[in-house]
Amino acid sequence: MANAAFEEIVEDFEYLDDWEDRYRMVIELGKAMDPLPEALKVPATKVEGCASQVWLHPQIEDGVIQFEGESDAMIVNGLIAVLRKLYNGLPPTEVASIDARAELGRLGLNDHLSAQRSNGLRAMIERLQGFAKVSAS
Amino acid sequence: MYDVNEIRGDFPILSREVNGKPLVYLDNGASAQKPKVVIDAISRAYGEEYANVHRGLHYLSNLATEKYEGTRGIIAKFLGVKDEDEIVMNTGTTMGINTVAYGWAMPRMQAGDEIILSVMEHHANIVPWHFLRERQGVVIKWVDVDSTGYLDPQAVIDAITPNTKLIAITHLSNVLGTVVDVKTIVDAAHDKGVAVLVDGSQAAVHMPVNVDALGCDFYAITGHKLYGPSASGAIFMKKERMAEMEPFIGGGDMIREVHKDEITWNDPPMKFEAGTPGIVQQIGLGVALEYMMSLGMENIAAHEKKLRDYARTRLDGLNWLQVQGTTPDKAAIFSFTLDGAGHAHDISTILDKKGVAVRAGHHCAGPLMDHLGVTATCRASFGLYNTEEEVDVLVDALELAHDLFA
Repeated sequence: MANAAFEEIVEDFEYLDDWEDRYRMVIELGKAMDPLPEALKVPATKVEGCASQVWLHPQIEDGVIQFEGESDAMIVNGLIAVLRKLYNGLPPTEVASIDARAELGRLGLNDHLSAQRSNGLRAMIERLQGFAKVSAS
Repeated sequence: MYDVNEIRGDFPILSREVNGKPLVYLDNGASAQKPKVVIDAISRAYGEEYANVHRGLHYLSNLATEKYEGTRGIIAKFLGVKDEDEIVMNTGTTMGINTVAYGWAMPRMQAGDEIILSVMEHHANIVPWHFLRERQGVVIKWVDVDSTGYLDPQAVIDAITPNTKLIAITHLSNVLGTVVDVKTIVDAAHDKGVAVLVDGSQAAVHMPVNVDALGCDFYAITGHKLYGPSASGAIFMKKERMAEMEPFIGGGDMIREVHKDEITWNDPPMKFEAGTPGIVQQIGLGVALEYMMSLGMENIAAHEKKLRDYARTRLDGLNWLQVQGTTPDKAAIFSFTLDGAGHAHDISTILDKKGVAVRAGHHCAGPLMDHLGVTATCRASFGLYNTEEEVDVLVDALELAHDLFA
C-alpha cells in the first residue's frame, strides 16, 4: 500500500484528462521540490542509465526512508518528486513490496514515458529499492 | 519538377502515425528513412537473388556478385569518381575512417606527428585518431569554429606544420550544418605534402559531391543516411594512398593466397574488404543512390535550401530559442536549446508527443559541445522528403514545450 502523500496526487491526477496537463503537473511537482545541495551531487549519488543527469540521496531517518534527488531534466526532476511521494516515510521493508511501475501507471504516466526515460525511471527505482533492501537487512 | 508530396509517397513509413499524430521525421541527420524501391530491392535480393559473392561459379553467386559489384560503380558515379577501384565498400563512415587510421595512418605515423581536426568533428572522425594519440603519441591539433559555426579554411591551413601528416575534416557538420570549403584546404594541404580525409557522411546526403574535383585522398560516406540500408557504405581512397596501405581487417576475400608461412593480398579494393560483406545492404545502397540521382542532387539541394530558409525564418521568430550554427549557406540542420528551462531530453519528449522525431543529446560531437558550452541540444535535421508544413508542426510543438517548461 503506497503512502498517503502519493494517494493525494493520484487523486489530483484523476482530474487531468490529457497528457499535456499530466506533464505540466509532473513538471510543477519537480519545480516545487528543493534542489539537492551541490555537495551531494557526487559520483556516489549519481544514477547511471538515465538519458539525463540524475542524483539520488536516500537515507534512513527514524526507521523510515527519506530521499532527496535532482535531475537536470525537468520531466525527470518531476518524476523524482513523484517517487518521493511514493517512498518517503515508508519503512525499508515496505519499499521492496511496492510495484512502482504499476503505481506510476495509476498516474497515467507509464505510457507517456519514452523508452530512455522509462529506463531512467527503472534505474532510479532500482537504486532506491537496492538501498531499502540493504537498509532492511 | 520536384514534387515533394509525390516523393513522400515513395517512403512507406512517412504515412504512419506516432503517438496518434502524423509522423514528422526530422532526425535524418541520425538516419534517413528508406524509399520503397530500396525496401523492395532488399526483399528481392533475399527472395530471388541471394548467394555469397565472389565465391561460387554457380548462377546465383554470379547474379549476387553482379548486383553487389554493380553498387561499386553506382557509388563511384554518385561521388564523381572515375575509377571505381578507388571505392572500398564497407559498413559506413566509422568503418571507413578506421580503415584509414589502422591501414594508412598507424604504420606511417610516429610520436610527435600531427593530425589536424576541426572542433566540430563527429566521434567517428575523432575516436580513431585518439587511438593513435594514446597508442603511439600522435598529436591531435584542433581548429575552432567561430561563433556562427563557420570554419575558416585558412585556420586549418595555418595549423599545418612540418610534422602534420593528415587533415581529417567534415564536409558538413552534423550539428551546426556548416559546409566546409574542403577544396581550398585540400589544395593547400597537398602543396605541403599533407593528406586529407573528408568525412562526407552528411554532405553526400544534402548536396552534389564531386570527389575527383575536390582532390581529397579519402572520402567516407554512410549508406543509412543516404536513404539506404543500415550497415552499408563506402570510402573513396586514392590509388596512391591505397598503394601505401596495409590491410586493416583480415579474413576471406581480401587475400590472394594463404599458406602456413606465407600470405599474399588481393588487389585493392578487395584488399580492404575482408569476410562476407553486407551483400544485400550494398545492393540496397546502390538502389538508394540511383533513387537520389533520379531525383537529382541539385534538385534535392534546392528543395532543402528552401526548407532551410523557411525553418530559419520560423525559428528566428522564437526569441526564447537559440540555434547553434548560423552560417548563411548552412544545410537544413538546426541544433537548438531553449532559454532558461528545458533539457534537450525534455524538449524532445514533448516534440515526440506531437509526432515530431528529433535527436536530443550530444550528437556524437563531444568537443563541439564543450566548445559551445552545452551538454546537450535538440537537433531537427531535414531531408529530401520534408515539407514546410512539417516546419510549422515543429514550431507549434516547440511553443508547447516552451509553455510547459517556462
